[in-house]
Amino acid sequence: MNAPFYKYDIFSFDQSLIIAFIIGIAFGFFLERAGFGSSKKLAAQFYFYDMTVFKVMFTAIITAMLGLFWLSYFGFVNIYLIELIPTYVLPQLIGGLIFGVGFVMGGFCPGTCAVAVTTGKIDGLFTLFGMMFGIFIFGEGFPLIENFYYSTNAGELTLTEYLNIPYGVLVFIIVIIALLGFYGAEILEKKFSKKYEKLAR
Amino acid sequence: MFKSIKEKKAEPFMNPYKAGIGLGLVLLLAFVIMGRGLGASGAFTSLVTAGVNAVDSVHAQNNGMYSSYIGDGKVSIFKDWLVFEVLGVFAGGFISGFFARRIKKDVEHGPRITNKKRLFFAFTGGMIMGIGAKFARGCTSGQALTGGALLNAGSWIFMLAIFAGAYAFAYFFRRQWI
Repeated sequence: MNAPFYKYDIFSFDQSLIIAFIIGIAFGFFLERAGFGSSKKLAAQFYFYDMTVFKVMFTAIITAMLGLFWLSYFGFVNIYLIELIPTYVLPQLIGGLIFGVGFVMGGFCPGTCAVAVTTGKIDGLFTLFGMMFGIFIFGEGFPLIENFYYSTNAGELTLTEYLNIPYGVLVFIIVIIALLGFYGAEILEKKFSKKYEKLAR
Repeated sequence: MFKSIKEKKAEPFMNPYKAGIGLGLVLLLAFVIMGRGLGASGAFTSLVTAGVNAVDSVHAQNNGMYSSYIGDGKVSIFKDWLVFEVLGVFAGGFISGFFARRIKKDVEHGPRITNKKRLFFAFTGGMIMGIGAKFARGCTSGQALTGGALLNAGSWIFMLAIFAGAYAFAYFFRRQWI
């Protein structure tokens, strides 16, 4: 079988929209299950007393990364047909720093505020409106920052290419780092949840 | 009050590692079926673009960001993969919350801040986050999660920068959360 299916024209664009909706349902489902509809739980990551964000995110990353690695290893998926957002070093670095500040301030990221809205969280709704206003500000200011936006273009670049480490080796290293990270996260969580026990309630 | 005692309590959240595996499998499925990852902020950009385009389409078409979301103008801005995916996210979040009895009107914050201030921070934080996501060409879904699993260099830069930015400023917002 040839995968990614859509890239081999196994179904049409219109059909892909139905698939988008179904995949979105599963995505939203697990975000909510993880507790990501709650700003307090998300923000707790940055005070070390609940490291769920790190645990869920890195478990998801290594799950999908390992799955894709083996599927491409056995020739089931053509990994080169999977879309990669091009790397623009400075805009993505600065964008990440700005995003991080907004995240700890608002308590949500874009996907999680959607989940918060449907589970009745008013703060999620305000974050959603704020985000759309931010996108509008960016859009209106785009002509002014266009040069910066397209600066430091490194094209479609993977870490395997950049670090010149074989794909399998890098996957293995990231899994080890993640496992050590989980171990560290459990320790930090125990330590800081005691510290904030009274306040966190 | 009496009724709320009789009602069943909200279920506890799923084990984070199990939820992570679930999320990772959904992402893997998107890779295999679609040849692309998940996303969120892009759909809201489509929505904003549609709004601007409705008010002043000349202005929108002359702007590099809006015009990239309008495309050739022959198909609706909403006929977009991420728009349908995010509609699913709303539905999926509701389904999960409903069956876990977690649908509840609420403003979440720590004990040292009022609802009003919390909503101000929620809006402002959202605004800052939206700007950051546009600079980075994606958010935690499209960049950090998707690009993280694809070993995309720019996504890893973005992800590490998010944590750096959030931890660096966490001290200033501590009264909101703890």
